[in-house]
Amino acid sequence: MTIADKEQAIIDEFAIYDDWMDKYEYIIELGKELPLIAANYKTDDRLIKGCQSRVWLHAENNHGKMQFTADSDAIITKGIIALLIRVLNEESPAQVAKAELGFIKEIGLQEHLSPTRSNGLVSMVKQMKMEALKNVK
Amino acid sequence: MQINKFDIAKIRAEFPILKRQVHNKPLIYFDNGATVQKPQIVIDRINKYYTEENANIHRGVHHLSQEATSAYETARKTIQDYLGAQHEHEIIFTKGTTDGINLVAYSFGELLNAGDEIIISAMEHHSNIVPWQMLCERKNCTLRIIPMDTNGELDLAVYEQLLSEKTKLVAVTHISNALGTINDVEHIIEKAHQFGAKVLIDGAQAIQHIPVDVQTLDCDFYAFSGHKIFGPTGVGVLYGKSEILNKMPPYQGGGDMIKEVTLHKTTYNELPHKFEAGTPNIVGGIALGTAFEFLQTLDMEGLEKHEHDLLAYATDALKNMEGITIYGQAKNKTSVISFLVDGTHPYDVGTLLDKMGIAVRTGHHCTQPIMDFFGIPGTIRASFACYNNKEEIDIFVKALHRIIPLLKH
Ligand SMILES: Cc1ncc(COP(=O)(O)O)c(C=O)c1O
Repeated sequence: MTIADKEQAIIDEFAIYDDWMDKYEYIIELGKELPLIAANYKTDDRLIKGCQSRVWLHAENNHGKMQFTADSDAIITKGIIALLIRVLNEESPAQVAKAELGFIKEIGLQEHLSPTRSNGLVSMVKQMKMEALKNVK
Repeated sequence: MQINKFDIAKIRAEFPILKRQVHNKPLIYFDNGATVQKPQIVIDRINKYYTEENANIHRGVHHLSQEATSAYETARKTIQDYLGAQHEHEIIFTKGTTDGINLVAYSFGELLNAGDEIIISAMEHHSNIVPWQMLCERKNCTLRIIPMDTNGELDLAVYEQLLSEKTKLVAVTHISNALGTINDVEHIIEKAHQFGAKVLIDGAQAIQHIPVDVQTLDCDFYAFSGHKIFGPTGVGVLYGKSEILNKMPPYQGGGDMIKEVTLHKTTYNELPHKFEAGTPNIVGGIALGTAFEFLQTLDMEGLEKHEHDLLAYATDALKNMEGITIYGQAKNKTSVISFLVDGTHPYDVGTLLDKMGIAVRTGHHCTQPIMDFFGIPGTIRASFACYNNKEEIDIFVKALHRIIPLLKH
């Protein structure tokens, strides 16, 4: 599946929720289900400090495929991280670096990726791309 | 328009924004600690100024300039009367609380010497901490801190021990924005004066909730922001006793604050202009005067009782819910509730409340030392104003009941 395919799959999944509450319930479930990051990676050097919530990000390049694990102290932030990771994991560094992630807007969660929200997500996406760029030959 | 008895329906009708919807739900605005909404007369005053009166002030012989100057100076007089200041020129227009405190930290700070001491409290807003830290660095002064207890009350016995001949200034908040505590500033001021120290009160959270009279308080400085007392953003007031203001050097140089300028030397204008360099926020000052006129129409006793009822009502409701911890339980407290819900993060609670049209603040509220004291990263804060009512609190509590089970890990 390409990044575009994965984004479309998520958009389709969210299309069944016309009530915002159901949508958030789903995001919260995503956040709860995923053990996102190994405990020994939850260190200060992997911490992205937002004013409102904190995010930890670990990135690896596994034979030309990016592998991300991450966590947050806020469950909604965590659910959105789960979506971002689903889209970007196992992609080549070049693909990650140029991904536009338009699906976030499509599913109506754009506000969480606004810099004024200060939840660490904007910095996390930036950091994911930086890590990918380090691995672009 | 005298609203004699405190009439909540009448008051709500004054605030057009309360009619709007957010996410298709009626707006419930519980972020009054951050800024309060504006009554129609303040909005109309701003509109009228730009529609009919706009001109620069203090510098034109033409009619519009005269009118604008007169409106601006009338606002100063209105504010003087409301605060009970002795002189009109003791009312200095600023950009807000932060600006007023920085003015004092710089200008009064110029009169301090190495080894002098400044006392603040453990519950200050960052804007009543950082300027004093900067001053202490600049002048080699020492900052001392009045501690607080777990109820969010200051330990005034320790305060009295901190006071000495070295104390030159005490800067404390009248009301804590994060905890709601109303501090016993009369006592703080009286004790400071016994040592010849001056006192600055951060009044950002006070005037919208309780009557303030600067001469009764006998404070030396009182700083507040227009936007928290029904006025516009970008304007505020620093009250200072004129004998102290007269001794202080100007803060910023420019137009309006001068008497005579040659290329080598300038003599400064009198108070208040000495501290008002450049074209001020004219419409802001005028509309702030209108905000004070609005305050005058309110039955303050009724308002205090109403807000106190809201606080008691909401506190009872939250105390009856499982897993809620309230931070700030001072005996004397305004309508602010800071709380956390076990097993949930403030960001998540705030996000879902917003989806239900309810605006609260989450985070550290610019008071990181308070959060450190309680060992928490932040809180959810609901802060009520005079236009809020019990129905809104019912909806808020219902909303919490709905979202908390979703969020629990
Ligand atoms: C107690 C207190 N002091 C100072 C300030 C700063 O006010 P402003 O940002 O309007 O200058 C605030 C605003 O939140 C406050 O609540």
